[in-house]
Amino acid sequence: MEIKETAMAGTLESSDIQIMLSAGTNGYEFELESDVAKQFGDQIKATITNVLEAYDIQNAKISVVDKGALDLVIKARALTAVQRALGIVDTPNWEVM
Amino acid sequence: MSDSKERLRRTMMFVPGNNPAMIKDAGIFGADSIMFDLEDAVSMAEKDAARYLIYEAITTIDYGDAELVVRINGLDTPYYQNDIKAMVKAGIDVIRLPKAETAEMIHELETLVAAAEVEFGREVGSTNLMAAIESAKGVVNANEIAAASPRMIGIALSAEDYTTDMKTHRYPDGQELLYARNVILHAARAAGIAAFDTVFTNMDDEAGFYRETELIHQLGFDGKSLVNPRQVAMVNKVYQPTEKEIRNAQQVIMAIEQARIKGSGVISLNGQMVDRPVVLRAERVMRLAKANNLVDAEGEYIGK
Repeated sequence: MEIKETAMAGTLESSDIQIMLSAGTNGYEFELESDVAKQFGDQIKATITNVLEAYDIQNAKISVVDKGALDLVIKARALTAVQRALGIVDTPNWEVM
Repeated sequence: MSDSKERLRRTMMFVPGNNPAMIKDAGIFGADSIMFDLEDAVSMAEKDAARYLIYEAITTIDYGDAELVVRINGLDTPYYQNDIKAMVKAGIDVIRLPKAETAEMIHELETLVAAAEVEFGREVGSTNLMAAIESAKGVVNANEIAAASPRMIGIALSAEDYTTDMKTHRYPDGQELLYARNVILHAARAAGIAAFDTVFTNMDDEAGFYRETELIHQLGFDGKSLVNPRQVAMVNKVYQPTEKEIRNAQQVIMAIEQARIKGSGVISLNGQMVDRPVVLRAERVMRLAKANNLVDAEGEYIGK
């Protein structure tokens, strides 16, 4: 699947995470900002990567600002961003959830 | 959900559907029911985001014994059908329909819920429903709404929209809600389901909150919708039985147990006849006593 439009999900409030997706050409290109990047950076990226792979997206630029989000929040925001980027907000892919 | 008819529903706490911090902490305040809100608390642009956040929360977080409720968007909105699908798939306990006005609205919801249960492999009939009554038409049709489906577990008064519809607003003494409260309560009791009172939003008026909670407790409501976790303990205090009520309930339950062993139907306790309503009331007192930690595991009174 190709990203159709740049899309964002989440906020900068505590316990949340803001994820911005845009079209890429070179696999997954992450840009991560987080107070806990050292401890949890890989895990945050892995959670987002899982969602992207589930939607069969091969290339994407992923800009992430984490405010201490739990894994479930990261997954929810990634799902939202992907569906917005693919233009399928009103017809979600239920299999992926 | 075999206990859905008799479980305590003193407090139903609203949690905004797109707020991760509040969603992750929602289980720590001891509310009997947690109501995640996809409707008024979520802006139009974030309806999809809130839906997935609540989905992930329900399927990931352990909220203990709390009953999990979600207020979906109304059936006149484009979010209605996807809200239902996501919440049924997540295995929510109860779907709360806002702005309910007719039994047909409940029937339509029930049809979509049943279809989603089949689609996502949930047991058909496992998702319960409740309705919020927010208009004069809803109050007039409260009986048919309450009895519209065996899935219905309760109806709630939502006073902000209702008072606007009635061309009034909320007053401290609540006279403007007297009719609606009684109609909703009777419709709920006649249908054998729970009745929830409306929210009280002025957090600075603690005396007003107690006055309103004591009134709805006296009328017979199961409980109240709440907007602030601080109100949970306040409602529980109003619903807490006295030591005398607990001791009396213990005697009733003991007496009925002895009568059962002896094989006699009617008993008398301290010269008073004990029949079914008295026993049911005693059982409810003991449930409330347990929930307020006033009795130990054996049912012995341990309050001060």
